[in-house]
Amino acid sequence: MTSAPTLWAITRRSLVKDLRLEWRSKDAINSMLFFALLVVVIFSFGFDPTAEESRKIAGGLLWVAILFATVVALNQTWTREIRNQVMDAYRLSPAPPQALFLSKTIGNFIFVSILEVLMVPLFVVFYNLRSVGPVWQLLVVALLATWALVVNGTFFAALSIRTRSREIMLPLILFPISIPALLAMVDATTSILTGDNSPIFWMRLLAVYDLVFTTVSLILFEPVLNAE
Amino acid sequence: MKILFKVCVVLTALLLGYGFCQAMYIAPTEATMGDVQRIFYYHLPSAWVAFLLFFVNFLASVWYLIRRNVASDAVALASAEVGVSFCTIVLITGPIWARPIWGIWWTWDARLTSTLVLWLIYVSYLVLRHYASGGQVPVLAAALGVFGFVDVPIVYMAIRWFRTQHPQPVIGGGQGSGLHPAMWHAVLWNLAAFAMLALMFVWVRYKQAIVEHQLEDAHAHASLYETEGAQ
Repeated sequence: MTSAPTLWAITRRSLVKDLRLEWRSKDAINSMLFFALLVVVIFSFGFDPTAEESRKIAGGLLWVAILFATVVALNQTWTREIRNQVMDAYRLSPAPPQALFLSKTIGNFIFVSILEVLMVPLFVVFYNLRSVGPVWQLLVVALLATWALVVNGTFFAALSIRTRSREIMLPLILFPISIPALLAMVDATTSILTGDNSPIFWMRLLAVYDLVFTTVSLILFEPVLNAE
Repeated sequence: MKILFKVCVVLTALLLGYGFCQAMYIAPTEATMGDVQRIFYYHLPSAWVAFLLFFVNFLASVWYLIRRNVASDAVALASAEVGVSFCTIVLITGPIWARPIWGIWWTWDARLTSTLVLWLIYVSYLVLRHYASGGQVPVLAAALGVFGFVDVPIVYMAIRWFRTQHPQPVIGGGQGSGLHPAMWHAVLWNLAAFAMLALMFVWVRYKQAIVEHQLEDAHAHASLYETEGAQ
């Protein structure tokens, strides 16, 4: 195991490379954004809610749209690296595998956060939303929930990229494991929007989920990267 | 080993037969639910056996990640497959029982929902095993096995809270507080029978997985020699 500065230096280097590639190509952001937009529009055809109702269902709709869009981005995480044999090179290098995983996860976290910043105003407009509870809590929920989605998503994308039907595989293994996180983010958001219940339990659950799965992913990424 | 297996098969058959007699004839008829309640003697043992097998899957997965031996991977595969089968029995017998008693097939009650989520997680484990190929399958599967098991307490917490916040559509638990001693007999005999049955399935699947692995190895060796001979 290398010392911490090296881990962070490699993580940062790898992250900067990913961000630069994304900045120039805009592959992930564009496809994610357009996909999420389509989901929002299709949802609003499916439901025609009043202001009161939309407060109750918006949390669910928003997170389902973000979840689907996240899968689109996650699927592209490792494809470029597989195509250019980066994974093999990484296996041979003495760099800690955790650095690669962390950089990819932080990268995805940034992409999905950008998506959320662009999507939430759209939701507010389309569904005439006005939060009853404090808005800063929504920010905390968004940060915790986004990390919950991308940390497992990035790990499972690395798993599913090795299987025969790559793109279909990811949601099949990601969604069942993510059910408690989804339940927590949807219910926390709904509690804040309606102001009916306290979202504290759900925020704690999300924090525990993040902590547990970040640890498990960091431990198990090495065997998965080296699996052959 | 073969003789032991045959003895175990006979024993399992006897236990299943005796458990059936206990459940259908000897256990007293439940006061309010009537004969429908007898499905309980299959519902509960299946659930316990399924949960036990998922735990075995977790242990085998961890062991595989540490030791990388074929045997623990075979145990993980066999226990997940048989566990999913028994969990399916739970999810089928549950609604059959619920319909006449609660008046509905399904309710999003804490226990039902957690069992369903558990079933989904282990089905996804089997799907991954099916679609992945080559020597990397055991590692990928073991990683997912660990993820799945770590998720179980979080699922349980989330769903319990989710349900306690909402009004309960029906009274949750099935069996009430106390069981008649004869009912306990039926439960325990059937639990023994189902545990034996599960053990036999796991045994067979384990053997098959080992043989499959040996076969793959043999094929790999054979093709290696062929290419060498051609050159």
